[in-house]
Amino acid sequence: MKLLPLGVRARLHACPHACTHARTRARASSSPARLYSRVVPHSSSTNGCRFQHGTDPAPFHCNMATEFHNLQELRHSASLVTKVFIQRDYTDGTVCRFLTKFPSELDNRIERTLLEETVKTLNSYYVEAEKIGGQSYLEGCLACATAYIIFLCMETRYEKVLKKISCYIQEQNEKIYAPRGLLLTDPIERGMRVLEISVFEDRGSGSSSPSSSISSAGSSAR
Amino acid sequence: MSAVMITRKVRKWEKLPGKNTFCCDGRVMMARQKGVFYLTLFLIVGTCSLFFAFECPYLAVHLSPAIPVFAVLLFLFVMAMLLRTSFSDPGVLPRALQEEATFIEMEIEAANGNVPAGQRPPPRIRNVQINNQIVKLKYCYTCKIFRPPRASHCSICDNCVDRFDHHCPWVGNCVGKRNYRYFYLFTMSLSLLTIYIFTFNIVHVVMRSVDKGFLNTLKETPGTVLEVLVCFFTLWSVVGLTGFHTYLISLNQTTNEDIKGSWSGKNRVQNPYSHKNIVKNCCEVLCGPTYPSVLDRRGLMHEDSVCSCSICYMHHHHHHFEQLQQQQQQQPSATNHETHSSTHPQ
Repeated sequence: MKLLPLGVRARLHACPHACTHARTRARASSSPARLYSRVVPHSSSTNGCRFQHGTDPAPFHCNMATEFHNLQELRHSASLVTKVFIQRDYTDGTVCRFLTKFPSELDNRIERTLLEETVKTLNSYYVEAEKIGGQSYLEGCLACATAYIIFLCMETRYEKVLKKISCYIQEQNEKIYAPRGLLLTDPIERGMRVLEISVFEDRGSGSSSPSSSISSAGSSAR
Repeated sequence: MSAVMITRKVRKWEKLPGKNTFCCDGRVMMARQKGVFYLTLFLIVGTCSLFFAFECPYLAVHLSPAIPVFAVLLFLFVMAMLLRTSFSDPGVLPRALQEEATFIEMEIEAANGNVPAGQRPPPRIRNVQINNQIVKLKYCYTCKIFRPPRASHCSICDNCVDRFDHHCPWVGNCVGKRNYRYFYLFTMSLSLLTIYIFTFNIVHVVMRSVDKGFLNTLKETPGTVLEVLVCFFTLWSVVGLTGFHTYLISLNQTTNEDIKGSWSGKNRVQNPYSHKNIVKNCCEVLCGPTYPSVLDRRGLMHEDSVCSCSICYMHHHHHHFEQLQQQQQQQPSATNHETHSSTHPQ
């Protein structure tokens, strides 16, 4: 499990918006590993904690979205090595699909099968969103009959699937990619053009700062 | 700590590149030149109000009250479609951020190999195979992306638009993937409305002339002349346009592709997007999924020029904030958190 540098701990203390339970526990806990577990969003424990860094609490329906955003922000304090982009696969036309070809830069960071599995699942979600069938005809005709005013109240099927995709990516990030120092970015934030994978410095190798002892303590705690 | 701490929420539309204008805090997106759009609005609203004022009372009494009711419904539908076409995002593709642009440049250089000095590098083209047809994807120098198939760069709006059809000044916006069906429904319903008003004007004039004579009728309802003129000239253009777009939809082509002759059949090139079936093509274009906008207009800028990080609130210095602002102006889309964390006490 990757640990965050000390700077993040300072941020926790200084953050005026931090909810009290995070702050008190931060002071009380001595083990940085436990501190990290407070910070990392687990939907069961931190549902109530709005760890705001001044971001507007936009109405995310998926509660994990806010916490994931915090994960992303915190991730910025770990040093970014490079970004790998998985391009679109246009062999079937303009339908949204991503190439399942494994990028060589990730050879020693993640197993091929895991990434392929993620991309295949994403592709299947997009296929589901863009499927032209009975439901999409019904939605289209109903919307046309109401001069598309119904879209002001109703959520389209595509939007529902996009929410599912967003939750899926967050879940994958937490379970698979964050522990390996990687981070997936939802393609919708890049115009559905690429699947961006941010590669962070592999802190498992340790560094000269005190964080190395913390990381070894952390890894033993896990 | 002075009031340097900017807590005003900046939404992303304020920082979007491109020549669009935004209204209602990012909800409405249009092109810059809106003059012709106002003309369209004026013509439609003006002609319809003349119709409701002059013809409808007579026709409701002498023929049927359903006539004005249907006219109202049709008018409302036309307006809804027009506003939806004009105000919605046509399918703009956001520009590539710094890292993505660099990545693509590196790929291009790797693909091109070493170009001898003095020679022009080969054009940036990527070939993809779509349904057993080779399609060339061009590189957009403004947006720094390889344009997806069927996308094109609109020079008026300075954006790459997905499934770019054309830029319509009458509507004041580009017509692309997201608003093509609204545009088509607009032209179709406008044709119907024009035909409807034209027909009932004639009917009204004829019916009244039988009673009172032709010239007296014109004197009593001067609006009729105006309406007939407007409708006559509109008819040819709008009905023609509807017919043209019906033809394009049945072949699953865009106006852009038609003008360029991309699938005209030369060199055995065929449209790889067509299902070869008119019904299927129509269904895909008109009843397909409603694509969401990938341009997050109303999202908040949390990483950029507005320094809203709480730690900055505690430790920030005025000059550092200005430094950030300057950096921000140079790199509008770079994330600033790396600079944040490097200057904060660890």
